Amino acid sequence: MTTLPQQTDRKLGLVIDLDTCVGCHACVISCKGWNTENYGAPLSDQDAYGADPSGTFLNRVHSYEVQPEAGAAQLVHFPKSCLHCDDAPCVTVCPTGASYKRVEDGIVLVNESDCIGCGLCAWACPYGAREMDQAAGVMKKCTLCVDRIYNENLPEEDRQPACVRTCPAGARHFGDLGDPESAVSQLVAERGGVDLMPEQGTKPVNKYLPPRPRDQLQGPEDSGEIDVLAPFLAPIDSGPKGFLGWLDRTLEKL
Amino acid sequence: MHPAPSVILFSSLSGMGFGLLAWLGIGLPAVTGWVAFVFFALAYLLAVGGLIASTFHLGHPERALKAFSQWRSSWLSREAWASVAALLTMAAYGAGLVFYDTRLWPLGLLGAALSLLTVLTTAMIYTQMKTVPRWHSVMTPLNFLSLSIAGGALLAGQVTAAMVLLVLAGAVQIATWWRGDRALAASGSDIATATRLGEKGSVRAFEPPHTGSNYLLREFVYQIGRKHALKLRVIAITLMVLLPLLLLLSPVFHHLAAALAVLSHAAGVLTSRWLFFAQAEHVVGIYYGKR
Repeated sequence: MTTLPQQTDRKLGLVIDLDTCVGCHACVISCKGWNTENYGAPLSDQDAYGADPSGTFLNRVHSYEVQPEAGAAQLVHFPKSCLHCDDAPCVTVCPTGASYKRVEDGIVLVNESDCIGCGLCAWACPYGAREMDQAAGVMKKCTLCVDRIYNENLPEEDRQPACVRTCPAGARHFGDLGDPESAVSQLVAERGGVDLMPEQGTKPVNKYLPPRPRDQLQGPEDSGEIDVLAPFLAPIDSGPKGFLGWLDRTLEKL
Repeated sequence: MHPAPSVILFSSLSGMGFGLLAWLGIGLPAVTGWVAFVFFALAYLLAVGGLIASTFHLGHPERALKAFSQWRSSWLSREAWASVAALLTMAAYGAGLVFYDTRLWPLGLLGAALSLLTVLTTAMIYTQMKTVPRWHSVMTPLNFLSLSIAGGALLAGQVTAAMVLLVLAGAVQIATWWRGDRALAASGSDIATATRLGEKGSVRAFEPPHTGSNYLLREFVYQIGRKHALKLRVIAITLMVLLPLLLLLSPVFHHLAAALAVLSHAAGVLTSRWLFFAQAEHVVGIYYGKR
């Protein structure tokens, strides 16, 4: 049934740290790798080496520029995949029951053998988390690597989503967001994790940790900090050397 | 939104077809025998033709029967049920008229109600999309229903009713456009809420996640129609309402003028329905710095 469960036993999901993400896209690649070789239809590419390449991805990294009223602009890398919403609008619109939210852990999945490829679930998702595979004609979405996290054939450290396992910056965290004592819930509480597009009323499980303020660019003398060793580290001669130095001195004399 | 020809044809043609069925169901015109056969054949061609066209955009049309299973939550599933119920009921009612010269009133009224219910379920598929603020309004079902009833009246040869209903449908259409143009801004979704970085400063999409296009951009960020939106709106309202009105009002009203009025109306509805998709902004475009 595509009616949503009243509540789920657990709320498995991701916490994404926008302060730490370096925008390397390793999570995108590992996601595509794992999910094209394992559960369900492969994530196809069209015209991959041609003039107009395009393909199915379950995770994509945007980059945004944030310009504060005063101070330097900040670049924020922004990974985005299915948020496994509590009130998932993609599930209820499904006419065939192919889309469902699991009662045991809250993961939103697609039963590909029931999917007619009408695309309504992708229309209903505000986050662009669902993509119709052009080769298979069925809807693809993040499974939270359901075939890894419970997979006893894998070493224990690998039983987490491929994107989390691969992130070299430690910007992605996986856990039960329904349990206030879990490490991810503690992290969200401590760092003020937020929902994307809360006005859409989807109640996402995945949370985003906002970037911390960057170091002050204007330097310690403006910020009032005093470092006793600073004088020893100050550059002795900041002027240009070699040919440029000669040019600088000669032009100065003219 | 990407204006898929199959979906535009479906919702326009079957809207007119079910509109005609609704009029036939209440006995206007009160036809029997061969004349009834022609009217019903036209209505079924439009309604069923539209339904068949709608399966062309499916990835797996062979599994379409599964779409009947989720009527508890899904408007698309409800549409499947309503359309089949309307077509079967009207087939029994039509058979009585065509073959036995008998009008089964209760069946006709039920069929008329089911026909309009089908149009309502079609409209609700779009109306429920909170992600497309332009559609997420009571104006969408009003727009679909008023066009269906007016088009049905035109097809059913109900000249006076058609003239009144066309004017009404035109007014609803203009109100729908007026509201729709303000819907995205009023929805409260923007790049600040999408990224939740708005408190830190003004947010700008710096680099998209991919160098090529993708399904999301092709399906949800369709910008070609917007440039000519105003011209297309004038064309739509002229063909849909004004020209049929003139033809119906002309003193030399006969079958040719009626046929022209129907064709003009259908072309206008198709233009309006194309705009309905092409102009609609999906909030996912915000993540790409587009709308």
